[in-house]
Amino acid sequence: MSATNLLTVSYSPHQFGSESVQKIMYRVLIAMVPAFTVSLIFFGLGALVVTGIAVVSCMAFEYLINRFMFKAGSTLWDGSAAVTGVLLAFNVPSNLPVWMIIIGSLVAIGIAKMSFGGLGKNPFNPALVGRVFLLISFPVQMTSWPKAIESRLAYLDATTGATPLAILKEGIKNGQPLSDLMKEVPGYAQMFLGNMGGSLGEISALALIIGGLYLIFKKVITWHIPGSILATVVLFTGILWMIDPGKYADPLFHLLAGGIMLGAIFMATDMVTSPMTPVGQIIFGAGIGLITCLIRIFGSYPEGVSFAILIMNAFVPLIDKYAKPKRFGEELKNG
Amino acid sequence: MKTFPRGGVHPPENKKASGFSIEVLPLPKSVCIHLSQHLGAPAEPLVAKGDTVKAGQLIAKSTGFVSANIHSPVSGTVQKIEPAPDSSGYKRPAIFIEVQGDEWLETIDRSPNLIKSPDLTSEEIIARVGQMGIVGLGGATFPSHVKITVPKGKKAEILIINGVECEPYLTSDHRLMLEKGEEILVGTQLLMKALRVNQAVIGIERNKPDAISHLTRLCARYPGIRVEALKVKYPQGGEKQLIKAITGREVPSGRLPIDVGAVVYNVGTAFAVYEAITKNKPLFERIVTVTGKSMERTANYLVRIGTPVTELIEATGGMPEDTGKVINGGPMMGKALPLLDVPVTKGTSGIVLMPVAESNRRTTMNCIRCSRCNSVCAMGLEPYFLMSLGEAKRWDDMEQERVMDCMECGSCSYTCPSGRPLLDYIRLGKNSVNRIIRSRSK
Repeated sequence: MSATNLLTVSYSPHQFGSESVQKIMYRVLIAMVPAFTVSLIFFGLGALVVTGIAVVSCMAFEYLINRFMFKAGSTLWDGSAAVTGVLLAFNVPSNLPVWMIIIGSLVAIGIAKMSFGGLGKNPFNPALVGRVFLLISFPVQMTSWPKAIESRLAYLDATTGATPLAILKEGIKNGQPLSDLMKEVPGYAQMFLGNMGGSLGEISALALIIGGLYLIFKKVITWHIPGSILATVVLFTGILWMIDPGKYADPLFHLLAGGIMLGAIFMATDMVTSPMTPVGQIIFGAGIGLITCLIRIFGSYPEGVSFAILIMNAFVPLIDKYAKPKRFGEELKNG
Repeated sequence: MKTFPRGGVHPPENKKASGFSIEVLPLPKSVCIHLSQHLGAPAEPLVAKGDTVKAGQLIAKSTGFVSANIHSPVSGTVQKIEPAPDSSGYKRPAIFIEVQGDEWLETIDRSPNLIKSPDLTSEEIIARVGQMGIVGLGGATFPSHVKITVPKGKKAEILIINGVECEPYLTSDHRLMLEKGEEILVGTQLLMKALRVNQAVIGIERNKPDAISHLTRLCARYPGIRVEALKVKYPQGGEKQLIKAITGREVPSGRLPIDVGAVVYNVGTAFAVYEAITKNKPLFERIVTVTGKSMERTANYLVRIGTPVTELIEATGGMPEDTGKVINGGPMMGKALPLLDVPVTKGTSGIVLMPVAESNRRTTMNCIRCSRCNSVCAMGLEPYFLMSLGEAKRWDDMEQERVMDCMECGSCSYTCPSGRPLLDYIRLGKNSVNRIIRSRSK
């Protein structure tokens, strides 16, 4: 026996699974490919520029903060900054000026993520903090939506129109009947495919669902959060619709319009800012669904997914405290 | 197909040695027998330097109810009694015997003939199991006579024989079931008689189809005993998980299997009980798997207790160049050996040689709250939370969060994508909480 061999001594376990943070982040990036492809089809150049700038600036800020403020090793290649970049881009219109995207990235990475200590430490979803910061600071630019297909070759000079949710909100405020307004919004099949105005990554329910199924299949997320958000939206809007179909839009409209799919599948499922147990995740999702509907139907903003997720992010520690997993041997069950 | 419902992981099985029959390892030149190779109080030596002993002779006596007798595994002369390193690396009292010949006590039946259940009462069986120094051979080394003695006011309803062997790499129980199936069943019958139960279930994971079919066939002739094929999932060999998988009963937190009417023994223990009762043979040898990814030869040996680990590795072709870690037990729960001239004890189920590439811990990153540790915990604990409580030394909170329920299966650390040492902090918490509990009762 070679006596020169130095043996490692450590506590068990001595073998580890193949899962890693990088793999999880890269799977999220892969899951966003269908939605990104759809945004290229409908918004073309603008989608490409906005996403590119957002990813590059998020990664750059993460690198610079690590290097010069934390003076720590780079966490660039764990992929989380790139994920934040794509998600930020998905949440803004495709004609947003470059400097605003850079400011949004700085807020997302610098304030929402790194100031709390980096990956895993942030209480709020960084991309959404970036988005809401931009929405409040630059409400005009953040709510001018390039028209799908028409503005494919344009970036800043894109022709703009309203989103289905904005058409409804404005119209109802002006006292127009819902049936007239519904003629102005694209058909449900077109909305399902993504042929409508909106943030560049939120338009296609189909592409987002494909990405979501991939994430569930790869065990990055579970059905609990998206399932409970969508179910709550269907339930809440469904009840109102049944009470007065002449005044309230049907549940399918609410599922296809706005950012609910993007929010339910990609934003709310962010592991860092969502509860740990399935029960907690269902409470969290139901809260998001409820707040979204309240803002959409009774609030002054046409859309409320971002606010709903950020509000529920704040409740995560509380939910985690009470929604514990069922312990083994908790109940005296014999048989 | 049954299994336990909550948590669990699927580490690669790597059971390379499963196809190799049990070989008898040649006797070493000398053996080192620790006085504490069971859970509980160390045994007290009955021999002195210069004494000659025979194999099977009692050389150290149990010092309490939770303690176990120790018998000489060889014939020869007692060289010295002094502290020697055990698998933890710490020196603990041990008896050294120089091997001379291989003479066994005359009372031991060395023939390979199968002896069916002899006519003994429950009390006689319990007494004999205690005398023969039998401990749980699955790895926990809990003295067997303690579990077999049903406390007043409690009743055993079912005996479960653990043939799960869910640890990767290890194959000693698998080989034993294939080669000593009938003996295991007689041992099981004896345990049933001692416990006064009329049903016994042998739990085997379905990655051992040959053992399942072999024992199922044999069971036809043993009324009350049946085989339950289980879905493969680690840590199914955990006592509480196995009871849950087979009976659906959950042992309450902080209680024992007998509280739900179950008693669990490893297949190796059932075999040891057979030998002790029918052959009069104390526990002084056991099956040990020697295996590793880079090893050209792997083996399952019948080894005398006290044989140095180095001899086992030598007999299997020596240590491969790239060995970075030697584990006493399996890779999920075994102990990394700090030195190799430590002896095999009653609890050694395998020696696993890990290549350097797999010997080091992974780089630790921040917790990303993915909840994988929660979902794999078979006890329904929150490892990520226990770790942060442990980092903050909040022992009282850890106790509240049921840290003492943790059986240290390692699934949380295994599965963590951030490579966090979850189990290390949980162990730290368990030690501290244990200390607090003890000081409370004083």
